[in-house]
Amino acid sequence: MRPPVPTEMSCRELVELVTAWHEGALSMADRTRFEMHLCLCTGCRGHLEQMRRTIEVTGRLAEADVSPAAREDLLRAFRDFVRGKGGPR
Amino acid sequence: MTEAAAGPSPLPGADLELVAALRRGDEAAFLTLVERHHASMVRVARSWLGNQALAEESAQEAWLAALQGMARFEGRSSVKSWLFAILANCARRRAAREGRSVPFSSLVPGGEGDDPAVEPSRFLADDHPRWPGHWARAPEPWAEERLLTRETAEAARRAIGALPPSQRQVITLRDVEGLGAEETCGVLGLSEGNQRVLLHRARARVRAALERHLRGEEEEA
Repeated sequence: MRPPVPTEMSCRELVELVTAWHEGALSMADRTRFEMHLCLCTGCRGHLEQMRRTIEVTGRLAEADVSPAAREDLLRAFRDFVRGKGGPR
Repeated sequence: MTEAAAGPSPLPGADLELVAALRRGDEAAFLTLVERHHASMVRVARSWLGNQALAEESAQEAWLAALQGMARFEGRSSVKSWLFAILANCARRRAAREGRSVPFSSLVPGGEGDDPAVEPSRFLADDHPRWPGHWARAPEPWAEERLLTRETAEAARRAIGALPPSQRQVITLRDVEGLGAEETCGVLGLSEGNQRVLLHRARARVRAALERHLRGEEEEA
Protein backbone atom coordinates (compact mmCIF):
# COMPACT_ATOMS: atom_id res chain seq x y z
CA MET A 1 0.00 0.00 0.00
CA ARG A 2 1.44 3.29 -1.10
CA PRO A 3 0.05 6.45 0.43
CA PRO A 4 -0.63 8.79 -2.50
CA VAL A 5 1.16 11.81 -1.10
CA PRO A 6 0.83 14.39 -3.86
CA THR A 7 3.90 16.32 -2.83
CA GLU A 8 6.28 13.39 -2.87
CA MET A 9 9.29 13.99 -5.11
CA SER A 10 10.78 11.19 -7.19
CA CYS A 11 14.51 10.68 -7.69
CA ARG A 12 14.04 11.37 -11.40
CA GLU A 13 12.49 14.71 -10.54
CA LEU A 14 15.07 15.56 -7.89
CA VAL A 15 18.09 15.22 -10.17
CA GLU A 16 16.60 17.88 -12.45
CA LEU A 17 16.29 20.35 -9.58
CA VAL A 18 19.77 20.03 -8.09
CA THR A 19 21.13 23.24 -9.63
CA ALA A 20 18.02 25.25 -8.84
CA TRP A 21 18.33 24.00 -5.25
CA HIS A 22 22.04 24.88 -5.12
CA GLU A 23 21.29 28.36 -6.42
CA GLY A 24 18.47 28.91 -3.96
CA ALA A 25 15.98 29.25 -6.82
CA LEU A 26 13.36 26.74 -5.65
CA SER A 27 10.04 27.79 -4.22
CA MET A 28 9.64 27.10 -0.53
CA ALA A 29 7.32 24.18 -1.33
CA ASP A 30 9.73 22.56 -3.78
CA ARG A 31 12.67 23.16 -1.51
CA THR A 32 10.88 21.38 1.30
CA ARG A 33 9.99 18.43 -0.96
CA PHE A 34 13.56 18.34 -2.20
CA GLU A 35 15.10 18.32 1.24
CA MET A 36 12.61 15.84 2.64
CA HIS A 37 13.38 13.47 -0.20
CA LEU A 38 17.10 13.93 0.39
CA CYS A 39 16.75 12.99 4.05
CA LEU A 40 15.22 9.66 3.10
CA CYS A 41 17.19 8.73 -0.02
CA THR A 42 20.80 7.56 -0.03
CA GLY A 43 20.79 7.34 -3.84
CA CYS A 44 20.00 11.03 -4.22
CA ARG A 45 22.49 11.97 -1.52
CA GLY A 46 25.04 10.02 -3.55
CA HIS A 47 24.04 11.91 -6.69
CA LEU A 48 24.35 15.25 -4.92
CA GLU A 49 27.78 14.27 -3.69
CA GLN A 50 28.81 13.42 -7.26
CA MET A 51 27.59 16.82 -8.44
CA ARG A 52 29.62 18.47 -5.67
CA ARG A 53 32.70 16.48 -6.74
CA THR A 54 32.10 17.39 -10.36
CA ILE A 55 32.11 21.10 -9.49
CA GLU A 56 35.33 20.57 -7.51
CA VAL A 57 37.10 18.80 -10.37
CA THR A 58 35.94 21.48 -12.81
CA GLY A 59 37.26 24.17 -10.48
CA ARG A 60 40.72 22.68 -10.66
CA LEU A 61 40.91 23.27 -14.41
CA ALA A 62 41.66 26.93 -13.75
CA GLU A 63 45.36 26.48 -13.18
CA ALA A 64 47.42 27.73 -16.10
CA ASP A 65 50.18 30.19 -16.71
CA VAL A 66 50.57 32.98 -19.18
CA SER A 67 52.94 31.93 -21.94
CA PRO A 68 56.08 34.07 -22.19
CA ALA A 69 55.19 34.87 -25.81
CA ALA A 70 51.74 36.14 -24.86
CA ARG A 71 53.27 38.19 -22.06
CA GLU A 72 55.71 39.78 -24.53
CA ASP A 73 52.95 40.54 -27.03
CA LEU A 74 50.78 42.12 -24.38
CA LEU A 75 53.60 44.19 -22.95
CA ARG A 76 54.41 45.48 -26.43
CA ALA A 77 50.76 46.33 -26.99
CA PHE A 78 50.65 48.15 -23.67
CA ARG A 79 53.76 50.19 -24.49
CA ASP A 80 52.34 51.08 -27.90
CA PHE A 81 49.12 52.09 -26.26
CA VAL A 82 50.81 54.31 -23.69
CA ARG A 83 53.02 55.89 -26.35
CA GLY A 84 50.16 56.34 -28.78
CA LYS A 85 48.11 58.12 -26.18
CA GLY A 86 51.02 60.09 -24.79
CA GLY A 87 50.10 58.36 -21.56
CA PRO A 88 46.57 57.17 -20.82
CA ARG A 89 44.34 59.50 -18.87
CA MET B 1 26.86 43.73 -18.75
CA THR B 2 24.44 46.21 -17.37
CA GLU B 3 23.10 43.55 -15.04
CA ALA B 4 26.54 42.85 -13.61
CA ALA B 5 27.24 46.54 -13.19
CA ALA B 6 23.96 47.02 -11.38
CA GLY B 7 24.67 44.27 -8.87
CA PRO B 8 26.58 44.95 -5.67
CA SER B 9 29.56 42.74 -6.58
CA PRO B 10 32.33 42.65 -4.03
CA LEU B 11 35.23 44.82 -5.11
CA PRO B 12 38.65 43.23 -4.93
CA GLY B 13 40.51 46.35 -3.86
CA ALA B 14 43.89 45.32 -5.16
CA ASP B 15 42.57 44.91 -8.68
CA LEU B 16 40.95 48.32 -8.56
CA GLU B 17 44.18 49.95 -7.47
CA LEU B 18 45.90 48.24 -10.36
CA VAL B 19 43.42 49.71 -12.81
CA ALA B 20 44.11 53.14 -11.32
CA ALA B 21 47.86 52.55 -11.80
CA LEU B 22 47.15 51.39 -15.33
CA ARG B 23 45.60 54.73 -16.13
CA ARG B 24 48.91 56.30 -15.16
CA GLY B 25 50.67 53.99 -17.65
CA ASP B 26 52.19 51.76 -14.95
CA GLU B 27 53.74 48.75 -16.69
CA ALA B 28 54.13 46.64 -13.54
CA ALA B 29 50.45 47.08 -12.78
CA PHE B 30 49.58 45.93 -16.27
CA LEU B 31 51.74 42.83 -15.98
CA THR B 32 50.21 41.97 -12.61
CA LEU B 33 46.73 42.16 -14.12
CA VAL B 34 47.90 40.05 -17.05
CA GLU B 35 49.33 37.41 -14.71
CA ARG B 36 46.12 37.41 -12.76
CA HIS B 37 43.57 37.32 -15.57
CA HIS B 38 45.04 36.48 -18.93
CA ALA B 39 44.98 32.68 -18.63
CA SER B 40 41.33 32.91 -17.53
CA MET B 41 40.51 35.16 -20.44
CA VAL B 42 42.05 32.73 -22.91
CA ARG B 43 40.04 29.87 -21.38
CA VAL B 44 36.84 31.87 -21.56
CA ALA B 45 37.55 32.92 -25.16
CA ARG B 46 38.09 29.27 -25.94
CA SER B 47 34.58 28.53 -24.83
CA TRP B 48 33.46 30.58 -27.85
CA LEU B 49 36.16 29.79 -30.33
CA GLY B 50 37.13 26.23 -29.46
CA ASN B 51 40.64 26.90 -30.68
CA GLN B 52 43.65 27.91 -28.62
CA ALA B 53 45.30 30.22 -31.14
CA LEU B 54 42.10 32.14 -31.88
CA ALA B 55 41.33 32.31 -28.17
CA GLU B 56 44.76 33.77 -27.46
CA GLU B 57 44.30 36.42 -30.17
CA SER B 58 40.84 37.23 -28.94
CA ALA B 59 42.11 37.69 -25.37
CA GLN B 60 44.85 40.02 -26.58
CA GLU B 61 42.27 42.01 -28.52
CA ALA B 62 40.22 42.24 -25.32
CA TRP B 63 43.17 43.65 -23.36
CA LEU B 64 43.55 46.39 -25.91
CA ALA B 65 39.84 47.14 -25.79
CA ALA B 66 40.09 47.22 -21.98
CA LEU B 67 42.96 49.70 -22.11
CA GLN B 68 40.98 51.87 -24.48
CA GLY B 69 37.91 51.64 -22.32
CA MET B 70 39.46 51.84 -18.85
CA ALA B 71 38.56 55.48 -18.39
CA ARG B 72 34.95 54.34 -18.35
CA PHE B 73 35.52 51.59 -15.77
CA GLU B 74 33.82 52.73 -12.59
CA GLY B 75 34.55 49.80 -10.34
CA ARG B 76 30.90 48.90 -9.98
CA SER B 77 31.64 45.35 -11.09
CA SER B 78 34.78 43.39 -10.29
CA VAL B 79 37.74 43.91 -12.60
CA LYS B 80 37.43 40.27 -13.57
CA SER B 81 33.86 40.49 -14.74
CA TRP B 82 34.59 43.81 -16.46
CA LEU B 83 37.41 42.13 -18.40
CA PHE B 84 35.24 39.10 -19.13
CA ALA B 85 32.43 41.27 -20.48
CA ILE B 86 34.86 42.96 -22.88
CA LEU B 87 36.29 39.60 -23.79
CA ALA B 88 32.83 38.16 -24.43
CA ASN B 89 32.22 40.90 -26.98
CA CYS B 90 35.55 40.33 -28.69
CA ALA B 91 35.15 36.56 -28.74
CA ARG B 92 31.58 36.75 -29.99
CA ARG B 93 32.57 39.07 -32.84
CA ARG B 94 35.56 36.89 -33.63
CA ALA B 95 33.42 33.75 -33.63
CA ALA B 96 31.00 35.41 -36.06
CA ARG B 97 33.88 36.46 -38.35
CA GLU B 98 35.33 32.97 -38.30
CA GLY B 99 31.95 31.47 -39.07
CA ARG B 100 31.81 29.91 -35.63
CA SER B 101 28.79 31.81 -34.49
CA VAL B 102 26.49 29.90 -32.24
CA PRO B 103 23.19 28.88 -33.82
CA PHE B 104 20.39 30.58 -32.02
CA SER B 105 18.67 27.35 -31.06
CA SER B 106 21.56 26.33 -28.84
CA LEU B 107 21.28 29.60 -26.90
CA VAL B 108 17.76 28.81 -25.88
CA PRO B 109 17.36 26.24 -23.16
CA GLY B 110 14.90 23.73 -24.46
CA GLY B 111 16.16 24.33 -27.97
CA GLU B 112 18.39 21.34 -27.58
CA GLY B 113 15.61 18.89 -27.11
CA ASP B 114 14.95 16.74 -24.14
CA ASP B 115 18.16 16.49 -22.21
CA PRO B 116 17.72 14.67 -18.91
CA ALA B 117 20.40 15.23 -16.26
CA VAL B 118 20.74 11.50 -15.67
CA GLU B 119 20.21 8.74 -18.20
CA PRO B 120 16.53 7.71 -17.95
CA SER B 121 17.42 4.01 -17.72
CA ARG B 122 18.97 4.69 -14.32
CA PHE B 123 15.47 5.12 -12.88
CA LEU B 124 12.52 2.81 -12.36
CA ALA B 125 9.36 3.57 -14.33
CA ASP B 126 7.14 6.42 -13.09
CA ASP B 127 4.32 3.89 -12.67
CA HIS B 128 6.42 1.42 -10.71
CA PRO B 129 4.11 0.03 -7.99
CA ARG B 130 6.49 0.55 -5.11
CA TRP B 131 9.27 2.94 -6.12
CA PRO B 132 8.02 5.16 -8.96
CA GLY B 133 10.85 7.19 -10.51
CA HIS B 134 13.29 5.89 -7.93
CA TRP B 135 16.87 4.91 -8.70
CA ALA B 136 17.10 1.53 -10.43
CA ARG B 137 20.85 1.70 -10.03
CA ALA B 138 21.93 4.20 -7.39
CA PRO B 139 25.03 6.35 -7.87
CA GLU B 140 28.16 4.78 -6.45
CA PRO B 141 30.60 6.80 -4.38
CA TRP B 142 33.65 7.97 -6.28
CA ALA B 143 37.12 7.09 -5.05
CA GLU B 144 38.75 10.20 -3.65
CA GLU B 145 42.24 9.39 -4.93
CA ARG B 146 41.01 8.86 -8.50
CA LEU B 147 39.22 12.20 -8.46
CA LEU B 148 42.50 13.98 -7.86
CA THR B 149 44.32 12.49 -10.83
CA ARG B 150 45.33 14.33 -13.97
CA GLU B 151 43.33 11.81 -16.03
CA THR B 152 40.14 12.76 -14.23
CA ALA B 153 40.83 16.45 -14.79
CA GLU B 154 41.43 15.68 -18.46
CA ALA B 155 38.13 13.79 -18.65
CA ALA B 156 36.38 16.87 -17.26
CA ARG B 157 38.19 19.13 -19.71
CA ARG B 158 37.17 16.93 -22.65
CA ALA B 159 33.59 16.80 -21.44
CA ILE B 160 33.45 20.60 -21.25
CA GLY B 161 35.00 20.85 -24.70
CA ALA B 162 32.26 18.62 -26.09
CA LEU B 163 29.39 20.71 -24.67
CA PRO B 164 27.20 22.95 -26.83
CA PRO B 165 28.84 26.42 -26.81
CA SER B 166 26.25 28.13 -24.61
CA GLN B 167 26.61 25.45 -21.93
CA ARG B 168 30.38 25.54 -22.24
CA GLN B 169 30.42 29.31 -21.73
CA VAL B 170 28.29 29.15 -18.62
CA ILE B 171 30.17 26.30 -16.92
CA THR B 172 33.51 27.90 -17.78
CA LEU B 173 32.54 31.17 -16.14
CA ARG B 174 30.76 29.63 -13.16
CA ASP B 175 32.74 26.55 -12.24
CA VAL B 176 36.16 27.01 -13.81
CA GLU B 177 36.55 30.75 -13.24
CA GLY B 178 34.35 30.94 -10.18
CA LEU B 179 32.13 33.86 -11.21
CA GLY B 180 28.78 34.24 -9.46
CA ALA B 181 25.44 33.71 -11.17
CA GLU B 182 24.73 37.41 -11.49
CA GLU B 183 28.14 38.23 -12.96
CA THR B 184 27.81 35.36 -15.41
CA CYS B 185 24.42 36.60 -16.56
CA GLY B 186 25.95 40.03 -17.07
CA VAL B 187 28.92 38.77 -19.07
CA LEU B 188 26.83 36.50 -21.28
CA GLY B 189 23.70 38.60 -21.47
CA LEU B 190 21.55 35.77 -20.14
CA SER B 191 18.53 35.79 -17.89
CA GLU B 192 19.00 34.14 -14.52
CA GLY B 193 16.68 31.28 -15.49
CA ASN B 194 18.48 30.53 -18.75
CA GLN B 195 21.84 30.72 -17.05
CA ARG B 196 20.67 28.20 -14.49
CA VAL B 197 19.30 25.75 -17.03
CA LEU B 198 22.49 25.90 -19.09
CA LEU B 199 24.62 25.42 -15.98
CA HIS B 200 22.48 22.49 -14.89
CA ARG B 201 22.80 20.72 -18.22
CA ALA B 202 26.51 21.40 -18.43
CA ARG B 203 27.21 20.10 -14.94
CA ALA B 204 25.02 17.07 -15.54
CA ARG B 205 26.94 16.16 -18.69
CA VAL B 206 30.31 16.63 -17.02
CA ARG B 207 29.13 14.51 -14.09
CA ALA B 208 28.03 11.76 -16.47
CA ALA B 209 31.40 11.90 -18.25
CA LEU B 210 33.27 11.65 -14.95
CA GLU B 211 31.10 8.72 -13.94
CA ARG B 212 31.95 6.91 -17.18
CA HIS B 213 35.60 7.77 -16.73
CA LEU B 214 35.74 6.56 -13.15
CA ARG B 215 33.98 3.33 -14.05
CA GLY B 216 36.60 2.85 -16.71
CA GLU B 217 33.97 2.92 -19.43
CA GLU B 218 34.65 4.00 -22.98
CA GLU B 219 34.19 7.76 -23.28
CA GLU B 220 32.02 9.27 -25.95
CA ALA B 221 34.00 10.73 -28.80
